[in-house]
Amino acid sequence: MEQQYIDLYKQQNDSIKKHSAAVMNDSRDASFALFQKLGFPTSALENYKYTDLKEALSVDYGLNINRISVPVNPYEVFSCDVPGIHSYLYFVVNDAFYPVNDARNNVLPKGVIIGSLKEVANTHPELLKDYYGKLSTIKEDGLIAFNGAFAQDGFFMYVPKNVVMDRPVQLVNILRSDVDFMANSHNLVILEEGAKAQLLVCDHTVDDVRFFANRVTEVFVAQNASYEHYKLENTHIKTTNLATLLIDQQASSKVLANVITLHNGVTRNTIEIDLDGENCETLLCGMVIADKKQQVDNFTSVIHNKPNCQSRELFKYVLDDMSKGGFTGKLYVAKDAQKTAAFQTNRNILLSKTAKMRTKPQLEIYADDVKCSHGATIGSLDETAKFYMQSRGISEEEARLLLMFAFTNDVIENIQIPALQDRMKLLVEKRLRGELSKCEGCVICQ
Amino acid sequence: MLQIKNLHASINGKEILKGLDLVVRPGEIHAIMGPNGAGKSTLASVLTGNTAFEVTKGDVTFNGKDLLELSPENRSREGIFLSFQYPVEIPGVSMVNFMRSALNEHRKYKNLEPLSATDFLRTMREKKELVEMDNKLANRSVNEGFSGGEKKRNEIFQMAMLDPKLAILDETDSGLDIDALRIVANGVNKLKRPDNASIVITHYQRLLDYIVPDFVHVLYDGRIVKSGGKELALELEERGYDWIKKEVDEAI
Ligand SMILES: Nc1ncnc2c1ncn2[C@@H]1O[C@H](COP(=O)(O)OP(=O)(O)OP(=O)(O)O)[C@@H](O)[C@H]1O
Ligand SMILES: [Mg+2]
Repeated sequence: MEQQYIDLYKQQNDSIKKHSAAVMNDSRDASFALFQKLGFPTSALENYKYTDLKEALSVDYGLNINRISVPVNPYEVFSCDVPGIHSYLYFVVNDAFYPVNDARNNVLPKGVIIGSLKEVANTHPELLKDYYGKLSTIKEDGLIAFNGAFAQDGFFMYVPKNVVMDRPVQLVNILRSDVDFMANSHNLVILEEGAKAQLLVCDHTVDDVRFFANRVTEVFVAQNASYEHYKLENTHIKTTNLATLLIDQQASSKVLANVITLHNGVTRNTIEIDLDGENCETLLCGMVIADKKQQVDNFTSVIHNKPNCQSRELFKYVLDDMSKGGFTGKLYVAKDAQKTAAFQTNRNILLSKTAKMRTKPQLEIYADDVKCSHGATIGSLDETAKFYMQSRGISEEEARLLLMFAFTNDVIENIQIPALQDRMKLLVEKRLRGELSKCEGCVICQ
Repeated sequence: MLQIKNLHASINGKEILKGLDLVVRPGEIHAIMGPNGAGKSTLASVLTGNTAFEVTKGDVTFNGKDLLELSPENRSREGIFLSFQYPVEIPGVSMVNFMRSALNEHRKYKNLEPLSATDFLRTMREKKELVEMDNKLANRSVNEGFSGGEKKRNEIFQMAMLDPKLAILDETDSGLDIDALRIVANGVNKLKRPDNASIVITHYQRLLDYIVPDFVHVLYDGRIVKSGGKELALELEERGYDWIKKEVDEAI
């Protein structure tokens, strides 16, 4: 499976580099060498036990190395899942940043730069060079290495010192192609000291073909900065979506990440948050609603390298039909990360006998003065509660719905953008009712 | 209104109700007393359609309908209400959403439009006052973290909201302090009308001072073995159940 991509890289090496930027090319060959060594991860690997890519990788995907423009104007075809969010809106179509042509994006706060990673890498290389690949190239992970070799562009955001973004930023990844297609994009987010930003990443599919997306996002959150990252996936069943989110937190910074999978095919979220300064706060949440043959694996690591940091993790899954869920909660507390407080919860509801959930806490604690806890449960809906509701005249279906909604509610409550929170309540309810929480831009889900 | 004939029910293959007969007419209050484990709560569960119990024999009709054929939700919509001996906590489901869903499903069943938000909130307020329920409780998740007495009061609040034809109160008095007992009993009495009825399951004569029964039945070993007027409750309070057990055993 790897061989065709290895050949492709060798043949197209010049084109790949020509259509990217020097800063990105600097580490490209090294990433490729690492991919050659590691290959694609298989479920035989401990870290990929719950993700099986064999079938998805057997498909012959097209890549757009020569950056031929895709005939779609997302500003016209896309209608947002979250109306009323008033975001700064950007698109990555497949793996190319789409030129900004929306007037309201032009009034970013002073000094903020948002745009194509490739372009900014060419126009402001000094801005990127200390950051690009700093978190990703050190990982021994075949998918991340593959991304380092093949990603040519992506989304870039820079928020300078003490600048507070006045509106959320929204990045919509649209997968659009007439043939089975592979997209590799790399995103880079830099928040300088005291900066504040919220990013909502939405994943959508437009065409009824097989998609394979492998995206890496690196986020640097400097001292006293505050960053919120929301990922909302609403893709079709033929999508393989591999998303790596790597966040580095400096002293007294705050991070909230909320990763919501409403509809998908095969999804793997690899999330690693490194706490590299004291007094950091981290809240990492996620939610999965899956049915049919959907698969979602959230592999999370929270790394406490410095003392006096707090992290909380909360993941909830509702699995129906033949769907499969995986959760890994890795918590690492370094020897001198004293006074760490770290809590992790994963709760799961299986609605059918054929749905499967596998959950694994993985705690490595080397400091002695810490408060850590973890808990995981797998259950079905509370029958007693359901009967109680029915005995008050609520139909069985409605009772199930209320219970499932209640179950996911605390994850939604952790959304700090009011319009997004309201919208999520509605989308989750619709999703639980079995109506697809469709986005109008999506022909498959209509 | 309610006719139970030769009702047999079992759980996990163990027979609990062993040929129970009972007739309740509109306007009547029936008290059911009996030793622990006799099957009182089982009767309530069977009447409300709890699928944990299997009805193996017998008939139950409610206002002319075959009750055992109805789903739990339709029994409720037909006007049966159970105040649970052990009310269930439902974290994450707010009292308001719970009650709104319940009330509107009742209305839909009767081909009525859903209540407007203002009408609904007004009804909530009125009924809360009836059982003197704390506002804070109504803003929380259903029964979550409620004290024993608060849960019981919440049951009567729900009863007031749903306005049932037949209310079954399963040990609603247990866990209530003296003042709460009076408030809850008053609430029940205020909801009393000539066209509705109640079955009051209790261990204590005390409650029957407030809610005065027309009939008192003794449920023992899955059957009603003795019935009488309200004075039977006084006699049971005084003499316990041994003499009845003896009577039953001698009759066999
Ligand atoms: N799930 C169950 N499995 C097995 N036996 C059960 C189950 N539920 C109830 N029983 C049994 O059924 C019998 C009747 O129980 P029930 O709760 O109806 O009694 P009760 O008359 O309400 O008693 P109490 O006065 O203590 O409330 C008891 O012996 C009880 O142990
Ligand atoms: Mg009982």
